[in-house]
Amino acid sequence: MDIQLKRGLLDVCVLAAIKNEESYGYKIIKDMKPYLEMSESTLYTILKRLELAEMLTVRSAEHGGRLRKYYKITPAGLNRIEDFKNEWREVMSIYRFVTKEESENA
Amino acid sequence: MRKQEFLTALKMKLSGLPKQEVEERLVFYSEMIDDRIEEGQTEEDAVLGVGSVDDIAAQIIADTPFLKIAKERMKPNRRIKAWEIVLLVLGSPIWLSLAIAAFAVIISLYVVLWSLIVSVWAIFASLAACGVAGVVAGIIFVATGNTLSGVFIIGAGFASAGLAIFLFFGCKSATKGIILLTKKIAVGLKKCFIKKENA
Repeated sequence: MDIQLKRGLLDVCVLAAIKNEESYGYKIIKDMKPYLEMSESTLYTILKRLELAEMLTVRSAEHGGRLRKYYKITPAGLNRIEDFKNEWREVMSIYRFVTKEESENA
Repeated sequence: MRKQEFLTALKMKLSGLPKQEVEERLVFYSEMIDDRIEEGQTEEDAVLGVGSVDDIAAQIIADTPFLKIAKERMKPNRRIKAWEIVLLVLGSPIWLSLAIAAFAVIISLYVVLWSLIVSVWAIFASLAACGVAGVVAGIIFVATGNTLSGVFIIGAGFASAGLAIFLFFGCKSATKGIILLTKKIAVGLKKCFIKKENA
């Protein structure tokens, strides 16, 4: 897949994983697992990028005698998900058009 | 591998990167391993699940901009003494010119590489132009009664066009190859900087 496209998709996936409630690194990976495998290193890079873009905020909280980082989505992050949905409605419609041509030729 | 071993090994591999960034990465991986253990995995399995130190370090280095690594290398770990500054300044005619020369060599190599590509594309463009021009000129020759020369020029035009098509694929893969090579050189340079730190 095109790298630029995949990068954008993964960003939205991580945002979706923290959409309803704040979450932490390992839980994000586990929640995404049925849909896509993401390595820890990839997740780190994406979380950093999203934090810089102010699409999520980070806080450290104590958990079982150690610190754990929790990630919370911001309004900008929610907007990004909405934009994604709208963009993909368009993409899906293009996809249907492309495959329609194919099935007619077959 | 135990968690502590993993973190120490990773720290070693990343020692060329900015301290704060390395610290953040280590905290991140430490949390990941702890969360796996908390879920019931053994320490060994948890470390395995996070991935191999080499793979992780390689990806981190590839993700880090070259300038960041270079800057970290330039930053001394201790305060520079006065006599060192004096030496640096006195020696600047030598080391500065050497540094500039080294830099110029790298840049010129890069330029040479790309001018090669540009010239191959230029050959392609001229062959394509010859193709078109040959056919047009040939038709004009034929139209003005000079049939023999006309047919010859049309033939030459077709040959040029054929060569151009042939060359196009060569140009394309050569360009791709050079871009790949450039990326590899960048990663290699980054690794050079980091290895020196470890030694």
